[in-house]
Amino acid sequence: METLAWILLDTMLVTALLALGWGSLASKDLRRGVVLFIGFGLLLALVWVRLRAPDIALAEAAIGAGLTGALMLSALRDEPGTSSEAAGDASVRSTPVSASLLLTLLSAGLAIVLGAAFICALDRTDPASLAEEVFANLGVSGVSNPVTGVLLNFRAYDTLLELAVLTAAVLGILSLGPARSGYQASGPMLSGLTGWLVPVILVVSGYLLWVGAKAPGGAFQAGALLAAAGVLLRLAGHPSGGLPRELALRGLMVVGVAVFLIIGLTLMLVGRGFLDYPVAWAGSLILAIESAATLGIAATLIVAFLCGDPGQRPENHETADSGVPLAKCENNRRNTPR
Amino acid sequence: MPGKTMNEFLSAALIVSGLAFFIAGGVGLLRLPDVYSRLHALTKADNLGLGLLVFGLLLSTDDAFVAVKLVLIWVLVLASSAASTYLIAQRARRRERGVWKP
Amino acid sequence: MITQQLIFGLAGVALFSLGLRMAFSPRALLRRILAINIAGAGLFLLLVSVAYRGREMAPDPVPHALVLTGIVVAFSATSLALALGRRLGGHREDD
Repeated sequence: METLAWILLDTMLVTALLALGWGSLASKDLRRGVVLFIGFGLLLALVWVRLRAPDIALAEAAIGAGLTGALMLSALRDEPGTSSEAAGDASVRSTPVSASLLLTLLSAGLAIVLGAAFICALDRTDPASLAEEVFANLGVSGVSNPVTGVLLNFRAYDTLLELAVLTAAVLGILSLGPARSGYQASGPMLSGLTGWLVPVILVVSGYLLWVGAKAPGGAFQAGALLAAAGVLLRLAGHPSGGLPRELALRGLMVVGVAVFLIIGLTLMLVGRGFLDYPVAWAGSLILAIESAATLGIAATLIVAFLCGDPGQRPENHETADSGVPLAKCENNRRNTPR
Repeated sequence: MPGKTMNEFLSAALIVSGLAFFIAGGVGLLRLPDVYSRLHALTKADNLGLGLLVFGLLLSTDDAFVAVKLVLIWVLVLASSAASTYLIAQRARRRERGVWKP
Repeated sequence: MITQQLIFGLAGVALFSLGLRMAFSPRALLRRILAINIAGAGLFLLLVSVAYRGREMAPDPVPHALVLTGIVVAFSATSLALALGRRLGGHREDD
């Protein structure tokens, strides 16, 4: 009876997830689609909890739903042409019916093949899985959360490369030009909320970083939470979302990869392999790498939200087509009675 | 029901009544005509709905740390939903009136 | 195989094919980015469903680590795509 209830819950979750995904992609208004995508991300976080993946649930709620949604909403603000579908539907380059039918058939075929492969893979009696090895060696890895152990010890190289990919993407964003135009200084409500919320976020992200060794948490979740604090500061009118400028910003962005590399190379100099932690030091080394990674991830995610270099002043044509929101707010402020 | 204590009954009752407020808030969001009335319906879900839910969950846990975290969740949701409700209503007000005049 | 794996895994397959189909439509850049993100979410569902081993055994942590990495990389790719679109003039149809 209880299993039936769980199956019912899972079926409802999946139906809502598919409905939200379809609604997000098929809605005429782009802003509505983005908001439905944020809802999709939050529901997906619930699904992760149902699949016993709380680390992923935290990261999905923070990065997948929250930061990605905020990123897309700020993209919509600056390019209002994307919100109306008039440009898209009136274009003569809409796909012919035959092409879209072919695409639909191809993706349906891919879905059938993938689903069949998935079911066959599930039915195997000896799945190729590294889980047993991970749990056998978790005691000497320095942490007791298996996901953190895999991320920062057993497959630390992958995490180093992932941090490098994140830094490379944001280097690309930095080199593409100045940040988006800022927001006006906020009224008492938003400033008050920000004043209370940002310190709480700092404390909670420090807690997530610390507890990542034994419970769901870790560097990515803590870094995403810090980035959320930066986004809040930016929305409240701080021009660079809490980030420093120039050299300090670049230093902050690379500190994650840098500390990772330094620790790896030092271990090589001492005589062990690259990122081969000695057992007695594993916990402390992982904590050091995670702390640096938290700062680096937070800085890179905030710069990604800013969509450019906060230190550069916008060129003329930038203010021309993206300065409109600021100008409108200026008008409102001047006419407010004092 | 055999094996269920008073605590569990009370906790389940509180959670179910919290869910009723969530349903009310959801129906209000979908069916009410105006931005302001929709915001008003949503506050029911945030304050009472989540509050009853958290209270019911508090009764079913022994760990004081978990209890503190649950209450912190409720307080944070209250604060952020209050601020965002105000901001949405303010923007809607400005849009319908154009420039704010007393 | 466990029922949860089947339900969520097939949902992941459906989401992936839906996102992939919508990613090829010549509409605004943001719409295609949304579709790629939803396709990515479907793939993550697939991976984590394979890692699920029931209510008694702890789940396989290696696919969890892969998905965690994937979420961060998907966000960085999305942000780079949006920055490129902004530089190229995102409101025009670029096809």
